[in-house]
Amino acid sequence: MGRYVVRRLLQVIPVAIGVTFIIFCLVFALPGDPIQALAGDKRADPNIAAILRDHYHLNQPLYLQYWHYISGVFTGDLGETYNGRAVSDLVSQRFPITLKLGLTAFALEAVIGIVAGIFAALKRGKFLDNVVLVSTLVLISIPVFVLGSVLQLEFGVNLKITPVAGIQQGWPQSYILPAIVLATTSMAYIARLTRASMTESVRADYVRTAVAKGLPQRRVIGLHALRNSLIPVVTFLGFDLGALMGGAIITERVFNMPGIGQQLAQSLYLRERPVVVGLVTLLVLIYLVANLLVDLLYAVLDPRIRYE
Amino acid sequence: MTIIDQTDAVPAPRDGESTGPLLDVRDLHVEFHTREGVVRAVNGVNYSVNSGETLAVLGESGSGKSVTAQAIMGILDMPPARIPQGEIRFHGRDMLAMSEEERRKIRGARIAMIFQDALSSLNPVLSVGFQLGEMFRVHQGMSRKDAKAKAVELMDRVKIPAAAARVNDYPHQFSGGMRQRIMIAMALALEPDLIIADEPTTALDVTVQAQVMDLLAELQREYRMGLILITHDLGVVADVADKIAVMYAGRIVETAPVHELYKRPAHPYTRGLLDSIPRLDQKGQELYAIKGLPPNLLKVPKGCAFNPRCDRAQDVCRTDVPPLVQVTERDGTALPGRASACHFWKETIHG
Repeated sequence: MGRYVVRRLLQVIPVAIGVTFIIFCLVFALPGDPIQALAGDKRADPNIAAILRDHYHLNQPLYLQYWHYISGVFTGDLGETYNGRAVSDLVSQRFPITLKLGLTAFALEAVIGIVAGIFAALKRGKFLDNVVLVSTLVLISIPVFVLGSVLQLEFGVNLKITPVAGIQQGWPQSYILPAIVLATTSMAYIARLTRASMTESVRADYVRTAVAKGLPQRRVIGLHALRNSLIPVVTFLGFDLGALMGGAIITERVFNMPGIGQQLAQSLYLRERPVVVGLVTLLVLIYLVANLLVDLLYAVLDPRIRYE
Repeated sequence: MTIIDQTDAVPAPRDGESTGPLLDVRDLHVEFHTREGVVRAVNGVNYSVNSGETLAVLGESGSGKSVTAQAIMGILDMPPARIPQGEIRFHGRDMLAMSEEERRKIRGARIAMIFQDALSSLNPVLSVGFQLGEMFRVHQGMSRKDAKAKAVELMDRVKIPAAAARVNDYPHQFSGGMRQRIMIAMALALEPDLIIADEPTTALDVTVQAQVMDLLAELQREYRMGLILITHDLGVVADVADKIAVMYAGRIVETAPVHELYKRPAHPYTRGLLDSIPRLDQKGQELYAIKGLPPNLLKVPKGCAFNPRCDRAQDVCRTDVPPLVQVTERDGTALPGRASACHFWKETIHG
């Protein structure tokens, strides 16, 4: 187990280098001049532009630019934006917001999704099951910005229960609406996934044994059936945790939350290569760690899986 | 292997229990409501088991033997299953009239079941120690630690080597025979009055089959439990059973004490089963097989369900359902415990 973890962690290094290089090339290939973008509609002062180009190595070939960047990363310097702020500053300022939003959404989708899935599976073909099936279908079909705007109107403007947008009121008031919006699609998937695998395991022989042992239904379902149904759900949750930590561009935009997603969109627009690459690298690392956690969780859920 | 000879003729009841049979199934019907129609899986089964007694229920797949057992355990999925009539009396009380909570307390503690395929019947993600200990924790409120100690004791009891070292292992880490021993240990945990073993050795290879059957018979004798042994293996039955009930298409077609059945079957179906056992002294001859297939339970043949496959079938067999009647000697003396559901039982038994 320990060796497996070390090996998986070592795999992170080549993946991270490869990914940063690809992202770097892609951003490099984007049309448009980042220095001109700083000046907006006005023409940039040629002297200042030249100084800036020199400072950010923009006149050098791609491989040298990448070298400057990646050697900085290894000394803990994520680079700076074209208006002089350290990228690490930016991340430490923006990331907590995304973290709070993402974890809230994660908790919502995991708890509600799994519970709804279990009840749907137990009441298969009954009213409750159909409620879950239809509502998940509806939730999957609604675009995020539509749901976001409707909730803003209803809870923010009409009922005045939550703020319409922004994060002034902090957690949880300012986060609850965007978290719900962010969680809905995954919640629906998780409910359906749980329902499907639960339906299968309640018919399994070992569940019949558990009933024959005289265990109360709570224990039969909650322990014997659920434990076996969770593997596909955990896979999805792990994947989704990575996605949520990457920030939600649309949700953050609709609710005007200055998280990683908004920053990424803005930096792409301004061709801020160091920021984009820095953020994406961070996201890749989060993904890799989330996946590693999922794989380790497998072994806990199913002892037949062994890592050597 | 002369276990039967060692059991008492009339098993004494346990202390403080009512006399009369331990389990008494009366006129049990079970039907399944499916899209294609109503499947009558069990049609008026009667049997009883006393303490310390072994009843073997014999029959092909689909004869209703497992469904009867599951109805006794109360582990049928209802719906689609339904029990339109019948009684299952355990210590004289009808279990079908009990509340679900009362039945749950009986399951596992007073009546336990051993399933056919131990690999799929044990939970793959929980250690065997946990699954054994669960019996004590749920039914007796024992602590986790005490339950584990009890689990080790049980594993020793069913002769699993190095029990203490293996208690935290998972089912897939055991061999087939050891897994079935764990199933037996689990059924035995709370020393139930009755054990139902649903083809306990079918999934095992022959040498292990004998060991497992011996173990089961030994433990049954020791704890004076009633045992219902469901099987289609006539070899297993001869060694351990006291009496046999042969089922066909949801009915009991013949009952008899074990050795009498082998000597003189009173139903053509039983005779066919016995004739289809391979025998060394008939090596080289063609092996007898009952022609045809078990009936589709959606449309059971009119009259005797066995008539399309029967050598003796007459017109009456195609119209009248034969009742299960007492079988007597040629001179009319009663043969205790023997009954046959054949219009021509006299001809079958007396030739």
